[in-house]
Amino acid sequence: MEGFDPLFFAEVTLAGLGSGALLALTGLAFVLIYKATRVVNLAIGEMLMVGAYLFFAFAAGLGLPAWGAIPLALAGGGLLGAAIERAIIRPMLGESPIAIFMVTIGLGSVLVGLVEIVWSPNPTQLPDFIGAAPVFLGEAYVSRKIAVGFAVACLVIAGFLLAFRTWRGGVALRATAADQAAAYSCGIDVPAVFCAAWALAGVAAAAAGILVGAVGGISPTMGVFGLSALVVVIVGGLDSVAGALVGGLVVGLLEAWSGTFLGGEYKIVATFSLLLAVLVVRPYGLFGTAEIERL
Amino acid sequence: MRIGALKTSYAADHALFDTPVQRAWLGLGAALLLAFPFVADDYWLYLACLVAIHVIATTGLNILTGFTGLVSLGHAAFMGVGAYTAALMEIRLGAPFLLNLLGGGLMAAGVGVLVGLPSLRVKGLYLAIATIAASFILHFVFQNWSTVTGGIAGLSVPPARILGIELARPAALYWVILPLAGLSVLAAANLFRTRIGRAFIAIRDRDISAEILGIPLLRYKLMSFGLSAFYAGLAGGLFAYFFRSITPESFPLVYSIFFLAAVIVGGMGTILGGILGAAFMTMVPEVLKLGVGLASPWLPNAVAILSPVRTVVFGLLIIGFLIFEPHGLAEIWRRIRRFFHLWPFRT
Repeated sequence: MEGFDPLFFAEVTLAGLGSGALLALTGLAFVLIYKATRVVNLAIGEMLMVGAYLFFAFAAGLGLPAWGAIPLALAGGGLLGAAIERAIIRPMLGESPIAIFMVTIGLGSVLVGLVEIVWSPNPTQLPDFIGAAPVFLGEAYVSRKIAVGFAVACLVIAGFLLAFRTWRGGVALRATAADQAAAYSCGIDVPAVFCAAWALAGVAAAAAGILVGAVGGISPTMGVFGLSALVVVIVGGLDSVAGALVGGLVVGLLEAWSGTFLGGEYKIVATFSLLLAVLVVRPYGLFGTAEIERL
Repeated sequence: MRIGALKTSYAADHALFDTPVQRAWLGLGAALLLAFPFVADDYWLYLACLVAIHVIATTGLNILTGFTGLVSLGHAAFMGVGAYTAALMEIRLGAPFLLNLLGGGLMAAGVGVLVGLPSLRVKGLYLAIATIAASFILHFVFQNWSTVTGGIAGLSVPPARILGIELARPAALYWVILPLAGLSVLAAANLFRTRIGRAFIAIRDRDISAEILGIPLLRYKLMSFGLSAFYAGLAGGLFAYFFRSITPESFPLVYSIFFLAAVIVGGMGTILGGILGAAFMTMVPEVLKLGVGLASPWLPNAVAILSPVRTVVFGLLIIGFLIFEPHGLAEIWRRIRRFFHLWPFRT
């Protein structure tokens, strides 16, 4: 590396923050499911991918404008989440967490296969709905897609946070996360909350999928983004919304810096090394609750 | 109805194969396997070798996941370590075939112990996620340590040799792979009659209780990781000699999931399950291929959707077995046996 260029560094950092916001959004979907149902959902990347493909189907296939296709894709993602909960997570209630974890691995495989059957395994581009004119922050150049992605992801996250605070369903969700039995006895319909958590996570994942797809194109293998999101939630703590946000930005920055200054192939090593380091030093993440085991 | 299964000594009670009928079936099975190469063509022998390799690896993962209760998603990466080690010993040192296999197994075991180290701090799902990380990091090493591993192009492996006889075709390798698979399975079955194996099972059932009973958790968990990775490394060495070419892409995360699926489908925590699961999961894609071949006159794009259909079926098998038959094929087999044992009475 010849000389340190602060402007270039700033641009890389901004790009990292941009993808970090998307990671945070995906991480939020993950945490939502984990908090409410204690399921580690390894298929979150695939749910994200299906969301992106739904948008593709509505926007490119049916020729709907973006303002029509996006809500439909989000609704589709929500339906998918609810359907998954009813069809395969509900029968697994009470099974060991590892069995449920493996069910979600199988689910990911099914979703990838279905998308490949319906839309072919080849990568494609989403129809452009953001525009390409570059955005400048001071002197630093940011790709418009990443800037818009960042802004939208922040808005969606803010919306979710607000819903958790004020909306009845959000409060029910937090109550269920805190203590299932107590929530039940207060009259909260816990199974409905489970379903709602999966549906909301499906919506968040679909939103992230549309943004990720808009930035980088879509393909059935884009679900690997979910693996980065996995790192995010482990770093932040599986059951912490704040952790998902901080973790998302940290991992986004780490990916951008390592990808630019070390080379693209180091990206995944850097993130997974971070994951291992966090697991060894702070197994429950930065903001996660330490589980205490009793006999 | 089965009668005369009375046992009069502890030795008889502990025996691996406890009834004459069982021993007779086993003998018949062994005879069939011995006769198999003389009647089967190359395609079937190829499949048989592949199944045997997968049986070794699946049994290894079963030791770790089914018997010790530690989930690993790095099994294919351990297999890769074994494959690369065996290949390098062959290419660089010209060491003999069987020694290379052993070397591959030992190297994989070493890496396995290293990957198992986070189990010092974390367990359950966190550990599974740590093994995903290890799997990606190993993949990175295979890909980027080019001077040793040959980078993306990988390594091509010369044919295996024993006593000057070249074992290049599946028909010849069958005579090495199958006995090794048999030995590995037998060793695993015996493992669970020893102190170490019992300790593994105790850890699976409740690790804190096991520790209080005086089982050093870390040592036994690492031992389980090492053993499991040894099996994977052995399978990897055979894989290298079988396919004669290995690349980083030979051992993707999906392959690790394949082994986990085989363990689930076969039946976690049973030796028979490892065998059935590996055979079943290896044969499913072939059956699908056959089905596509039959359907191609009516479905013009049948070949194109073969790979996605395989992915879907793979996922559905994992989900279906976990929901409807959590104890896997081994449990189905047990039910069938019980039916015949109790016949004509109802089970």
